[in-house]
Amino acid sequence: MPLATSDTVGILADNLRLRRSVLPIPAANAIRWTEGLHLARGGERVLYTGQMYQLIPYIEQMVATQEKLGDSWLAGFTGFGRRVNRVLNITSFMAHPGVDERSVYDRIPHNVALLLRRAGVEFGSLFDEDLYSGALIYDLGVDEVLKAHAQKVYEVFQKYGVKEAITIDPHTTNMLRTVYPTLIPGYDLRVRSYLEVLADLGYGPSRKLSGEVAIHDSCVFARYEGVVEAPRQLLQQTGLTIREPEHTGTSTWCCGGPAESLFPKTAAAQASRRVSELRAVAGRGVTMCPLCFVNLQKAAGDTMQFEDISDYLLQACQAEGLTEEIANGH
Amino acid sequence: MAVLDPHFVDSVRLDDSFNASACMNCGICTAVCPLGLEHLPREIFAYVVLGMKEEVLRHQDTVFSCLLCKLCEVNCPAGVHITENVRALRHYFDSEVFQIQGGPGDAASHV
Repeated sequence: MPLATSDTVGILADNLRLRRSVLPIPAANAIRWTEGLHLARGGERVLYTGQMYQLIPYIEQMVATQEKLGDSWLAGFTGFGRRVNRVLNITSFMAHPGVDERSVYDRIPHNVALLLRRAGVEFGSLFDEDLYSGALIYDLGVDEVLKAHAQKVYEVFQKYGVKEAITIDPHTTNMLRTVYPTLIPGYDLRVRSYLEVLADLGYGPSRKLSGEVAIHDSCVFARYEGVVEAPRQLLQQTGLTIREPEHTGTSTWCCGGPAESLFPKTAAAQASRRVSELRAVAGRGVTMCPLCFVNLQKAAGDTMQFEDISDYLLQACQAEGLTEEIANGH
Repeated sequence: MAVLDPHFVDSVRLDDSFNASACMNCGICTAVCPLGLEHLPREIFAYVVLGMKEEVLRHQDTVFSCLLCKLCEVNCPAGVHITENVRALRHYFDSEVFQIQGGPGDAASHV
């Protein structure tokens, strides 16, 4: 089935404009990661997810639908579909991930909250007002829609008096820290990745993990935001031996993820090439972006196991027996 | 024979950061591109600067398949803002070809 780029971009932009996300997901599922954490709403500092990890199981189901439909996951809905989607959220009918699929991605922001608490950082959450940043729409060049959305996101920060956002993934970090200041006059939010926060404060886990991991830098962290040393510094403290692939650090290779919404076959081919590089140096890989994680794991299949960096960082603290205590904010 | 539109570059340019004309065609971008894109950025940037609109429109898939990974840009000896230039090209397609910028000309904005 031929790809209609114009309608695919149109549906994604319409969703952001009308529903505040490229792929709207139920609010209850977007905030499930906060369960048991007893977080306050708002405050001067918040942990901000931009829904990136929570979106992944939905995107994956859309991609699975695409494989049945043709070359793009929206191929069967283009043209007529875009017109329908303006009044009825058709993308919501295409993805219903189960608890197991969602829990993997809910775990990551929960991990990060525990790690920040352990480091003595006080923060709240914006819960259902923790909105998608608009990263994909920025990449696709739909600047007018993005600008209006960025203003909505910033108004939520202002409403709760937020001065600092601690981000998790590279795309939300880049949007809030580097892109939004170019769109919003007077924008003054301080934005740091949790990896930078933990590296600055001192992480120092008590338990040593063993083994080798191939590190996969996110393009956005490494080349857009200069986040290269913090993840290495933290991983070294876990005791893991970091193996660097041929393309690494500021010369990292892309996972292919940015091409997935329009050219999934291109994305898959790039992911396979990247997995080959990573597999050449270690049997396990570590990622720091949900898109990298899902693309690389999918390409690797059973030949290589990937973990999000927060999983390793928390595993190295588990011997401390603090997880339950930290979760309760004590 | 190619039709040249001397104003085409101005319709693509979002702001002063658009600097496709700084490209000196050295080929480093092509050498490092993980996708091995043949036409982007050098060839398509040249079409824009020369006003060869039809050639740019013919390469829509190439413009939208770039990963924006920035590996070319950090290695560019001429300081071309490759990713921002590619975004400007996408913006051109969105607004002038696809009519999907959410503005007055976009039917979606009237729903």
